[in-house]
Amino acid sequence: MAELKLNVNGRVRQVQAAQDEPLLWVLRNKLGLTGTKYGCGEGQCGACTVLLDGRPTRSCLTPAVAVAGAKITTIEGLEQNGRLSPVQEAFLEEGAFQCAYCTSGMVLAATALLAEKPHPSEGEIVEAMNGNMCRCGTYPRIVAAVRRASLSVEKKEAAHARG
Amino acid sequence: MPVDELRLEAELHEVRDRIRMFELDRREFLRLCTGGLLVSLVSGGALLEAQESGRRFGGHALPQEVSAWIHIDADGKVTVFTGKVEIGQNIRTSLAQSVAEELRAPFDSITMVMGDTDLVPWDAGTFGSRTTPTMGPQLRTMAMNAREMLVEAAAERWKADPAKLVAEDGRVTNPATSASLGYGEITRGEKLTRTVVGDPALTPATEWKVAGTAEPKVNGRQFVTGVHTYPSDVVRSGILFGKVVRPSGYHATLVSADTSAAEKMAGVQVVRDGDFIGVVADDVWTAEQAAMKINAQWKVPPQISNAELFAELKKGAGDDGQSEIAAALANAEVKLEQTYKVAYVAHAPLEPRAAVAEWTDGKLTVWTGTQRPFGVKDDLVQAFRLSPEQVRVLMPDMGSGYGGKHTGECAVEAARLAKAAGKPVKLIWTREEEFTWAYFRPAGVMEIRAGVQKDGTLVAWEHHNYNSGPSGVGTPYKIANPVTRYHEWKDAPLAQGSYRGLAATANHFARETAMDELAQAVGMDPLAFRLKNLDDARLRAVFVTAAERFGWGKEKSTATRGFGIAGGTEKGGYTAACAEVEIGADKTVHVRRLVQAWESGAVVNPDGLRNQVMGAMVQALGGVLFEQIEFANGKVTNAHFADYRVPRFKDTQQIEVILIDRKDLPSAGAGETGIVAVAPAVGNAIFSATGERLREMPMARERS
Repeated sequence: MAELKLNVNGRVRQVQAAQDEPLLWVLRNKLGLTGTKYGCGEGQCGACTVLLDGRPTRSCLTPAVAVAGAKITTIEGLEQNGRLSPVQEAFLEEGAFQCAYCTSGMVLAATALLAEKPHPSEGEIVEAMNGNMCRCGTYPRIVAAVRRASLSVEKKEAAHARG
Repeated sequence: MPVDELRLEAELHEVRDRIRMFELDRREFLRLCTGGLLVSLVSGGALLEAQESGRRFGGHALPQEVSAWIHIDADGKVTVFTGKVEIGQNIRTSLAQSVAEELRAPFDSITMVMGDTDLVPWDAGTFGSRTTPTMGPQLRTMAMNAREMLVEAAAERWKADPAKLVAEDGRVTNPATSASLGYGEITRGEKLTRTVVGDPALTPATEWKVAGTAEPKVNGRQFVTGVHTYPSDVVRSGILFGKVVRPSGYHATLVSADTSAAEKMAGVQVVRDGDFIGVVADDVWTAEQAAMKINAQWKVPPQISNAELFAELKKGAGDDGQSEIAAALANAEVKLEQTYKVAYVAHAPLEPRAAVAEWTDGKLTVWTGTQRPFGVKDDLVQAFRLSPEQVRVLMPDMGSGYGGKHTGECAVEAARLAKAAGKPVKLIWTREEEFTWAYFRPAGVMEIRAGVQKDGTLVAWEHHNYNSGPSGVGTPYKIANPVTRYHEWKDAPLAQGSYRGLAATANHFARETAMDELAQAVGMDPLAFRLKNLDDARLRAVFVTAAERFGWGKEKSTATRGFGIAGGTEKGGYTAACAEVEIGADKTVHVRRLVQAWESGAVVNPDGLRNQVMGAMVQALGGVLFEQIEFANGKVTNAHFADYRVPRFKDTQQIEVILIDRKDLPSAGAGETGIVAVAPAVGNAIFSATGERLREMPMARERS
């Protein structure tokens, strides 16, 4: 067991973890952040996606000890002062889920995509999100939600530019 | 055996013959509810559902059962108690809409308590597309009665004529005097109860104001923020994590197990009970490491592989190869005799089976993901020889099921570990466990013999289903004396059970492919051929609607681009799909476009319905193109998402759903039947481009 300091959602959290213990289990079971989901443990479904310094990362395949220096963002870290992020808002508005077990991973993958590429084409959305699985089959709605979030960012930028 | 008699039982292979009892004490429940209004319903509906669930009463008089309760407290807060569960199909929202509608109460005043066996009346489970057609009207009936009671109580207080009072937006108002009371104010301090029997007149769908609208998912915000507690997220004080050591194959017996290395690990407890070996530890990682250190030897009997599946299946299901319609066939100008096959497929819900079990003072409480909380409760009662009041099962809205979570293995395992540990234990199955130790949609062989005249008139029809099931085996087309049979295979090599749409997918694939083959044989357009042989107005309507929207017949197929159509009806839902496929170099198939028309009576929530139908279409694509469980010697050999391909973003380019809202017809369930038309539509489209008839699902293996 190693004593770790993890920077999660802007807070430094002290936690003990075994050498190879995945970040997923540390987040869920030691830090109480159960919004990050187990789906396969093999990096195939994306349910466990978190952001490491903004990059979408499979927490099931990432040892917690390896990310002690990184800024970790989980689904619980997107809401700011009671305000949902544009991607969260867009998922709600499009109803882009059924059981919603994939939603945390989807929202974070989309957040990372829009941070890197604020106005992705549909093809770019599909390409970037293809590693995230929704067994309920809401893919077309998720694509629509990402597009909506992208437009809402655009609107804010425009409003900002107008001052 | 006639198909109809077999249907109910065969749809639920995995529900074995157990006696279930309804043990919640209503008086106790009434005591728990503080003042307010409580309506419960005793109706034939609950009874019917009990029978559908495979319950047997052994010749005893059938008990009267309460199917749900509605309670209105002094603050006007409405709580609805039902055994139905939310697994992504959105009934937490749509049922609340139905209650709000009949109660004339604000939608957000309604809370649904679902699937908690200590709080809700017994329910067979959430399957068979029964929630909307059965629980929906029951709740509406109760809500309507509650409204009447409130109006009567207000009338008494005001000495007014109840017929002159208006119930609206959670209040009863007297237009003559402008007096007005909120529902909570009317019930305050009094205990009003009524048990409803019979079927009163409900609000017609044409007058719906809350039902019939696209109300968003009630707790949507909890899902986009990660706050919602799924079964696998439940935490209890002092919780430990479990892991079960799995046998090396199906039907294995334990020969020996060396657990000494695991036992030496700090904080690890090994639990042995017959052939069951499990471990508990303070964290998941340690539990996994400990389980891996256990050296267990198993004896696995020889078992067939998927290469031998279909040959064994036909033998095992008693195929005699004899046609029962020989005379009708002999007179047909054109004959067809074909065999169609479907592979075993997995549900693969993104949240695997999960359970948290806690023993307190001899009482067992389990939080678990299941479509049958009362079924799991019975499993626990039996496994631990408890009395029913000692067991409580709670089902937090879970990470989907698709018919795959009827059973309670994970709950029993977690309870066994928790009992040994003396602390609450959480057990989440791994993806590999979910792929291996759950159950599957049955593989099947379908044989169709059919005859048609050169003018396109269907004159002979025979459809046999071997193993996959009787759902959807009947034909909706005009034909005298069709023969449809289901043949059970008792020695199926894999555990098989319910699945979204059950065998309707396999049987529609066979029938709608055969119809296409017949159309081609007589040189008719596939849509025109179907309509010529179809009287059912509802099915005709979805065919015509889908075809119009798709632009059916406007373009001719080419070698690289094909169009297909198929449709059918099952469980009160009517559907037709048109598919466009692109055939790439080296015969790669891409489904470019799907248009599906859907009709299931009056639409309760168009947004939720559209979502369900679209989801069913996407899930269908997996079975059509690439999903297939591979197995050998009692092991699944592709028990990972890397090897078992499911539909992804790239597979679902243009998918369109057209809803037909028949406000004049009762609402049917819609979680399942949206899956049935996609496979044959895609197969028929592939044929129209390539001239190659694919009669086996999945149709394409992924090229790596």
